[in-house]
Amino acid sequence: MPVFWQGMLVNLQLLLGLLSIGLAIGILVAIIEVYAPRPLAAVASGYEWFFRGIPEIVLLFLFYFGLTRAGWAVSPFMAAVLALGARSSAYQSQIFRGALSSIPAGQMMAARSLGMGRVAAIGRIILPQALRLSIPPWSNEFSAVLKDTTLAYSIGVVDVLRQARYMSVRTPAVSLTAFIVVALMFLVLTYAGNWMLGLLEARVRVPGLEGRARREMRFSWSRMWRRVRWRRF
Amino acid sequence: MAPLLRTEDVHKRYGKEEVLRGVSMCLEPGETKVIIGPSGTGKSTLLRCINRLTEPDRGRIWLEEQEVTARKASINRLRADIGFVFQDFNLFTHLTSLENVRLGPLRVRRLGRPQANRTALEALAQVGLSDKTKSYPAELSGGQQQRVAIARALAMHPKLILFDEPTSALDPELIGEVLEVMVRLAKSGMTMLVVSHEMGFARSVADEIIFMEHGVIVEQGPPSRMFKAPTQARTGEFLRKISELYGEAD
Amino acid sequence: MPLVFEWLWLPRLTRGLWVTLQLTGACMGIGALLGLLLALARVYTRGPVYWIASLYVQFFRGTPLLVQLMIIHFGLPSAGIVLPAFVSGLLAMALNTAAYQAEYFRGAIQSVKAGQMLAARSLGLSAWQAICRIILPQALRLVIPPWSNELVYMLKYSTIVYMVGVADLLGEARNIAARNFRFLELYIVAALFYLALVLLLTVAQRVIERQLRIPGLGVPRERP
Repeated sequence: MPVFWQGMLVNLQLLLGLLSIGLAIGILVAIIEVYAPRPLAAVASGYEWFFRGIPEIVLLFLFYFGLTRAGWAVSPFMAAVLALGARSSAYQSQIFRGALSSIPAGQMMAARSLGMGRVAAIGRIILPQALRLSIPPWSNEFSAVLKDTTLAYSIGVVDVLRQARYMSVRTPAVSLTAFIVVALMFLVLTYAGNWMLGLLEARVRVPGLEGRARREMRFSWSRMWRRVRWRRF
Repeated sequence: MAPLLRTEDVHKRYGKEEVLRGVSMCLEPGETKVIIGPSGTGKSTLLRCINRLTEPDRGRIWLEEQEVTARKASINRLRADIGFVFQDFNLFTHLTSLENVRLGPLRVRRLGRPQANRTALEALAQVGLSDKTKSYPAELSGGQQQRVAIARALAMHPKLILFDEPTSALDPELIGEVLEVMVRLAKSGMTMLVVSHEMGFARSVADEIIFMEHGVIVEQGPPSRMFKAPTQARTGEFLRKISELYGEAD
Repeated sequence: MPLVFEWLWLPRLTRGLWVTLQLTGACMGIGALLGLLLALARVYTRGPVYWIASLYVQFFRGTPLLVQLMIIHFGLPSAGIVLPAFVSGLLAMALNTAAYQAEYFRGAIQSVKAGQMLAARSLGLSAWQAICRIILPQALRLVIPPWSNELVYMLKYSTIVYMVGVADLLGEARNIAARNFRFLELYIVAALFYLALVLLLTVAQRVIERQLRIPGLGVPRERP
């Protein structure tokens, strides 16, 4: 059992790393897509499409072997953080893009009319609203990448799944139990993570912001998922 | 004395449609002018051109000695001096009233926090909302939101305030409180350029009424003359129609 | 780099591509059937059936696909069940996508207005008739966009089967690379194949979606 926790710790570190990379690049790409001049926005869309179109495992291999070939003796863990981070940034940028473009144009106009520059207006007016709106869909992305950390197995990261695999090779009789325990650990983490993100959302809630966004993003999958996730289980 | 605001031959087109076809006007310090005219005649566009929220195609605009339309004008500094009140308020949804009003003094004027706070509270007091400082926009009525928006403009201590149909998004019973604030402002010597169809307001505080149609100024003059003896047939026609609509005939 | 383009036509890769397509297609088909049943169970039943369906969905959505594959291929043998690699892969993918598809179907069914069911029952249709003739024809259309997204996801996730030794597109690329040590080049080739497939599916999805759009209705499109 302790090896499992040790392995899961690797998954969590991986998760933290890739989420941070994904968050930073994702926000940047979304801002470029929404606010930058057309050619630049097209490049950002291309980036998004590219990293959404390639299977995670292939991305892992490409980063691992590509960076090694390019002369950087990258560790499997590092390659996994970068590859999964790049993938996640593409998905996260889609989330933030949706939130950014759901902020009414009047907000930007009012900020500019006060004499704020474009960057300041995005930073102080648009982003604080968009980030709040992004929490529910972002928690979906969180669940997805939490599970996808297991894919790092493929380039040899010794994560919880590999620990389980070691155990199943050593003592075949317990392999079913071992893998099921791993599955349950992920189940618990998924729920814990979503619960915490739910708390965060409640904490930063602002009257009106959510209500309007809900009306504007009618039938949005974020709302749908929230209902799915909380009501029945 | 130089006028506070001067526009010269301002043009703007959207695609094929020419919204402004050469508008020249000026505004003296302390004056209030009300722009009226049928919808779609470029009144709002003119206001937006003045602080370049919309880029005019041709023509020049001055705020005192500074040319707003100059290529190297520091537009953000100019905008800080030009208050703008929107038809649909556009209060920052994620900020309380106080934070909305304080944002400009704090982040654009870069006053310290205590002073920005003081300025903001003063502005809120001016619009009679000292008790709503902690409310979010969604918790306020439309009239209160618009008054916060006016306070937000006031807190910048602007040289003039542009009002873009400030009451037309409001329920009838909420219009009064906003107009009351505007009347008080005009009487206290604020320079104001107002697009509005509130004839009562125009009559009581406007120094001049500007009638616009099809992107040009058809006629302008003091309300007493404009209402009694307009020189252009179109002006009379429009004023009659408006009076019927809003029941302002006297 | 020119080598990369020569390898695009290697017969072994084409064989691998065929395996990938078979896996993806089959798992989506099985997943749709199972998912529909699960969705109906979660919307229209109470008691044990509802709870079993819910637990199923929660488990398969809350745990990694790769772990599910490991349970089936490396775990089940310890319980005496040994499956061929291809079957293990297909089973894991199908069971997994069924849980996600169940949620898309459920969202679609629930977004059909309650009045539709009432109206159908008031005409004297049985509950089952009402579901089959009134609710599903509407719901199934709504499910097309999220379903085709799911298809793309499963196409990409099908790569995991190489880990249990199935020679899919990625597996074949690895096999070739294991002989000539051109790993990076072959992964680039594989990536190009997947990008092309995704592009193809995206375009097809747009076309279908546009033709069958119902104004004002939608369902969740992405899988968490």
